[in-house]
Amino acid sequence: MSGPRARRQRAGLLFVAPAVLLVLGMFVLPVIVTAVMSFYDWSLLGQRTFVGLANYDRLLGDTSWWHSLGFTTLYTAIVTAALLVVGFALATAVRHRRRGVGLLRTAFVLPVVIGFATASYLTLWLMDDRIGVVPDLLRRLGVVDGSVSVFSHFPSALTVVVVLVVWKTVGLTMLLLMSGMQAISKDFYEAAQVDGASRARTFFSITLPLLRPTVAMVLVLTVIGSYLAFDQFFILTQGGPDNSTIPVVYLIYRAGFIDFNLGYSAAMSIGLMVILLILTTVQLVVLRSREDQ
Amino acid sequence: MTRRTAWLPAIAFYAIGGLLALLFVAPVGWLVLASFKSGTEFAQTPPTYLPQTWSLENYRRLVEAGLFRNVLNSVVAAAGTVVAATVLCVLAGYGFARFRFRFRGVLFLVVLSTLMIPFQSIVPSLYVILDTLHLTNSLAGLILVYTVFALPFGIFTMRAAFAAVPAAIEEAAIMDGAGTLTTLRRVLLPVVSPGVATVALYAFFTAWNEFLAALIFTTRQEQYTLPVVLANLQTGAGGLLNWGVLETGAVFAAVPCVLIFLILQRYYVAGLTGGAVKG
Repeated sequence: MSGPRARRQRAGLLFVAPAVLLVLGMFVLPVIVTAVMSFYDWSLLGQRTFVGLANYDRLLGDTSWWHSLGFTTLYTAIVTAALLVVGFALATAVRHRRRGVGLLRTAFVLPVVIGFATASYLTLWLMDDRIGVVPDLLRRLGVVDGSVSVFSHFPSALTVVVVLVVWKTVGLTMLLLMSGMQAISKDFYEAAQVDGASRARTFFSITLPLLRPTVAMVLVLTVIGSYLAFDQFFILTQGGPDNSTIPVVYLIYRAGFIDFNLGYSAAMSIGLMVILLILTTVQLVVLRSREDQ
Repeated sequence: MTRRTAWLPAIAFYAIGGLLALLFVAPVGWLVLASFKSGTEFAQTPPTYLPQTWSLENYRRLVEAGLFRNVLNSVVAAAGTVVAATVLCVLAGYGFARFRFRFRGVLFLVVLSTLMIPFQSIVPSLYVILDTLHLTNSLAGLILVYTVFALPFGIFTMRAAFAAVPAAIEEAAIMDGAGTLTTLRRVLLPVVSPGVATVALYAFFTAWNEFLAALIFTTRQEQYTLPVVLANLQTGAGGLLNWGVLETGAVFAAVPCVLIFLILQRYYVAGLTGGAVKG
């Protein structure tokens, strides 16, 4: 087994080794370390004591944790629904070859490549009460009177963040749905046309069912992405007003790096991992079982 | 097909589409234009819609505030990540696609499984590990972390790219006596170059736009990347917020992404939809 052929095959291990070692050391190991840390009173400054399940016990009774979970879930539901609706509309509009449609696609995808932090600084400027264009326009149009501090009220703060996120990410949703739509055979549509089906009927009876795998993937990506939101809340709302806009990752950051309690933030991290795993599994199972019927 | 495309009259389609497209593009373009206002004009109430006088003051102030250092940090972090991630992904993709060795299946599964775990949830322990290695407050540490973030998707992409190359091409090179690395460099790399472009692009966007890890793993202003130093500027240490400098910084953060996307969007879109079509 040590001929040139076997030697050649073993070279494969050398090719994958650097990348695999990095993934093991900087991704798999940290997951294990996170689990271990969650059983410790582990300060950012170095002291650590084993405390068993104390962090998890505290987590269960922590109202800020439950509030944050509730808020993150609400935010995820709104963003996911908005992205799917707008994404479907845009995808339907640009799916067919048509003069100029490439330019439209490029325009819709453009904000996707800008960072969330960068987009947040842009929003900060547009929305600022004193120097922002949006409050100025609202005042000129007589919609509001006086100051417009969007981030000091929960509904307006959440609305602005949702609009920002849809603006920044819907191009991705659109592209995924569009490529899913283009993979559907034209025969189905021709048959529907022969049968005289309406556009709505065609959409609900052909496009949507055949697009189920794509929709499943978009759902999983969007739900995970929204559940991990951080930049836009850190920069725009800073958790306010009254700590009402703190997504889970922000809470983890605060526990670990503002309150210096790494052990507790690790317990939250494990909680977040478990929740995301459950959410993903449920979505995949639900969408698959419907497909089998 | 005529019925399908004609339901919305062309004029309405282009009017609505154009307006929407403007809505997506205008904010960034507007920000770029506004960065050429003077510092006072940028911060004035009510705002001017276009610069009344054109000025480079915000750019000069940005340099004076030492923020160029942070732009440079972002450039180094992004470049380092692109090089490291691309090389590692090409090698690993080649290994996984073209060689049979022990544990191949298991190792690939390990790499893929990390796609399921968001890095945001391992940040506390990653901090401890980096701290142990004395890699906090260092660009090398950030490059290491960003490279790992970019690996799962990149390995997945490169493995698919290599798997799509006909075996005959490789065998011909081996028959001619070319070594494994020579075959990879001379024969295979040109064929899989679209995949390489996709991986490099994703590595760039990952590193250039990343915020949370950079916020946590660097604590000194001279090590901050651009997005983090802007957050620092925004919450400013007691001082008055300089809007012009903050938003000009945002221009520096946004424009490279936009330009690179416009030039290489074919590879970007291929990377996004490649998995969608196959999966």
